[in-house]
Amino acid sequence: MDFGFTEEQEALRKSAREFLTDRSTTGLVRDLMASKTGFDEKLWKEMADLGWMGTAIAEEDGGLGLSLIELAILVEEMGRALLPSPFYSSVGLAAPVIAATADGALRKTLLGGIASGELRATVAIPEEEGRWDAAGIKAKATPVDGGYKLSGTKVFVPDAHLADEIVVVARTGKTKDPREGISLFLVPTSDRKVKVKTLDTIDRTRRLALVKIGGVEVPVDRRLGPEGGAWPLLERALDHSATVLAAEATGLATKVLELSRDYAKERTQFDKPIGAFQAISHRIADMLVLTENARSTTYYAAWAIEEGVPDAALAAATAKVAASEAARVVSQGGMQVHGGIGFTWEHDMHLYYRRAKWVEMFLGDPSIWRERVASLFA
Amino acid sequence: MDFRDSPEEAAFRKEIREWLEANIPADWDRSQLSLIPPEDRVDMLRDWQRRLHEGGWAGISWPKEYGGRGATLIEQAIFNQEVARQKAPPPINVIGLGMAGPTIINHGSHEQKNRYLEKILSAEEIWCQGFSEPGAGSDLAGLRSTAILDGDSWIINGQKVWTSLAHVSQWCIFLARTDTTAPKHKGITYFLVDMSSPGIEVRPLRQITGSADFNEMFFTDVRVPRESILGEVNDGWRIAMTTLLHERGTLGFALSVGARVALDELIGLARETKKNGKPAFEDPTIRQRLASLHVEVESLRLNNYRALTGFMKSGMPGPEGSLSKLIWSESMQRLGDLAVEILGPAGMLERWDANPRVNTWQFIHLRSRGHTIEAGTSEILRNIVAERVLGLPKHK
Repeated sequence: MDFGFTEEQEALRKSAREFLTDRSTTGLVRDLMASKTGFDEKLWKEMADLGWMGTAIAEEDGGLGLSLIELAILVEEMGRALLPSPFYSSVGLAAPVIAATADGALRKTLLGGIASGELRATVAIPEEEGRWDAAGIKAKATPVDGGYKLSGTKVFVPDAHLADEIVVVARTGKTKDPREGISLFLVPTSDRKVKVKTLDTIDRTRRLALVKIGGVEVPVDRRLGPEGGAWPLLERALDHSATVLAAEATGLATKVLELSRDYAKERTQFDKPIGAFQAISHRIADMLVLTENARSTTYYAAWAIEEGVPDAALAAATAKVAASEAARVVSQGGMQVHGGIGFTWEHDMHLYYRRAKWVEMFLGDPSIWRERVASLFA
Repeated sequence: MDFRDSPEEAAFRKEIREWLEANIPADWDRSQLSLIPPEDRVDMLRDWQRRLHEGGWAGISWPKEYGGRGATLIEQAIFNQEVARQKAPPPINVIGLGMAGPTIINHGSHEQKNRYLEKILSAEEIWCQGFSEPGAGSDLAGLRSTAILDGDSWIINGQKVWTSLAHVSQWCIFLARTDTTAPKHKGITYFLVDMSSPGIEVRPLRQITGSADFNEMFFTDVRVPRESILGEVNDGWRIAMTTLLHERGTLGFALSVGARVALDELIGLARETKKNGKPAFEDPTIRQRLASLHVEVESLRLNNYRALTGFMKSGMPGPEGSLSKLIWSESMQRLGDLAVEILGPAGMLERWDANPRVNTWQFIHLRSRGHTIEAGTSEILRNIVAERVLGLPKHK
């Protein structure tokens, strides 16, 4: 038993922090918030040159063949730095879904492309009802000659406007159990019958989109995984993805905790640093508790998924709840500790809060993941 | 990072598991009493600790030269896990094993180590802790018990409170003021007091559960030999901090396993108890709260793994132990709250023959009210976390 990081992992963290401190400044975040797409092509290329997109992708699929633990380390640093990038949607969400379902040449093309940064993908799950479960999947794929005809409206698709390919979760069969009859299809955003409209998202650097799919023809070899039996594979991939989000939340919470601690030491009221008042210091102590819980559960989940131990799914759900709640509560606390200034547009605290809220809600809010925890009790 | 047992750790786990299976007394009621403190079953638990000692399982983290096993902290963690998993009885001498012993190992003379340590392990001598006073709880350094040197002995006067096990103890780690003119942290000395000394009166204190886990102690002109001090005169505060680090530092692991056992039993209670005609476990609000408790208990377990890894590197328990105790105590209260709600109207009963589960859960529920007070209140622990972990300014 060992809950330590290797020297290589510590070195990866250090270099990632240095790079992101230099490049992912709040100045950049604010510029991208105001920009048309929220995307910095140059920064994306630099990260690709560092090999970051291929971290957890297997070597035979064109990646570096490291583990989810290394990816979590990188993403934790991205959370600290509020990195504005489609990294999560492509690497943290689409890649595990593709890795769990695609095979053959397509698998190599997709994962190799994601790993090199040359291809960006995303995944479309919820629809207008806003559900993350199988029963919410109404988009329909009807068999036609040589493939399927796909129609439906997907909402809350992350970075769809920046993606080359969208993995669309659709229904190929109607059965009593909603988890059956679900299939995944790879839809290029270049198709004329795909309409992507970005939504006014709380985190402007990570936009969500509405995607209308109006009778797109998908050849059979662009179906990912078995027809009608993709839901369990998707679910497992989303455990992986939830752990990536948990890592981002952990980094974010850690950074806000540090900012709040530093501010509480400097800011003086009633002739004392405000951190000397227990109303403030106890709140920051509670923020530390949540941040520690987030870190511990996240890295355990990363390890458990990587090793495929029996409680991996439970570990991922636990991490999603612990870390996403930590990020939201800690950034709320950070705002309170900073007082009036923390509520202004100029101060960065709202940027953290916005990201925290996005991370908390994406893939399902904490009540959904707590229900999953309960459903996984032995 | 690897949460699996290494081959050596797996062998160790197998060894303790088999030993426990063969040695836990047949009359030990694992379902009812594993969560209840030991005070009422002193003889049985003393025998149990003797058996543990003979098997080489008492004080396993202590160095071999003092009768321990020299086990690594990982092995200690495995030991705690197996003890909790099999709901083995606790050793009687918890203060001796967890606090007095480690402090004597750190600060005692050669003679003191020879005199005390073996008998702590075998439970031949049980220890209690005379730290808190009526006027010195959270502000421990404000204690007013005094010791005055008179020839070859010290004369101790004062009153202590919340002293667990005092009524069955042979020895007491005792803090007294030996210089009333010095600043309050500087004039304290750490004593090892023979509880059979004339002038000590022990009065049990009944608590919310109705049982008497702890006591008041009155010291009136208690005379102890000059050499009954640990470390130097007036250096007691520093030594007491070692004791408290051990109290919170290595306790974390046992606490987290205890919380896991309690939560698993609570999930069982929810499955087996009907609420509005259906198992309580099917109620969405109860499922949410059970899941939240799982997140807390799992966080506690994993935080402890992280603290342990740090502890292995640095050699000393860090202030993270305060964090564990803080989380544990508040989680246990929420766990107790949920248990009595699941019991429904029976949650208003203290005991009920028709459903003996009420007795256990009501005990856990009421007992947990004290968890956020004993061994450092949650407020004091938040101060410690704020000041020593986060480096925030002192609140005074």
